[in-house]
Amino acid sequence: MGSSRLEWCVASDVSEIDPIVAAVTSACVAAGFPDKACRLNVPVALTEAMANAIIRGNGGEVSRSVRVCARIDDETLCVDVTDEGAGFDADAARAMCLDPEWIDREDGRGVFLMYALMDKVETWCDQGHTVRLVLRRS
Amino acid sequence: MAAFTIERDGDLLTVAVDGQLVVGNRGEFKQLVFDELEAGARRVLIDFSSTGYIDSSGLGALVSLGKRIREQGGTMRLAGLNDDLRTLFELTRLDTLFQLFESRADALAGF
Repeated sequence: MGSSRLEWCVASDVSEIDPIVAAVTSACVAAGFPDKACRLNVPVALTEAMANAIIRGNGGEVSRSVRVCARIDDETLCVDVTDEGAGFDADAARAMCLDPEWIDREDGRGVFLMYALMDKVETWCDQGHTVRLVLRRS
Repeated sequence: MAAFTIERDGDLLTVAVDGQLVVGNRGEFKQLVFDELEAGARRVLIDFSSTGYIDSSGLGALVSLGKRIREQGGTMRLAGLNDDLRTLFELTRLDTLFQLFESRADALAGF
């Protein structure tokens, strides 16, 4: 099988998340990714990355855009989610979820889940802030 | 995304989540339960047996609901989590915060 590339540029509105998550997940199913990855890892991690970009990165301002670029081949899913914000301290965001004091808090689990459900997560700032999610097929 | 089906029997509220509990519908979900708490519900059972996945916003909504219910002298139980959903609760250690039951029937026993 070859590779596929899917791209979107959407407004900062959480209603934009589900259709993109569904499309990327369907592409992973077609590429033969494991069932659990398609049921859990991909949809949850991508939902977290997009929600973080929309709500935190772009501050929920609808006029700001979020770009999503997904590349899927025989071996790997690689998704870049880019917002117009200044980025965040990923290590600190991951760590706070494991703080025993945090368990009764409503927020703060999204970044942790991205890292837990993907093989690799990278972040960088260059004309916006990008989170890259990487999941190997096996 | 999801449909929420509610049943009331006295102070027992059962909410079935059919689909996903995620950032796009967690507000609706919380409000639905808050309204029932205002109307006298004190025992709350959330049934996830038809749920696909839950994101951190959905998990956070459950944390928020659990606190509100406890503050009002009530109890919340979660039922029907499949292996994927249990994975999410275990990763975030929320399996230590909530009462989890295999099925709705198990959760209702002695509730």
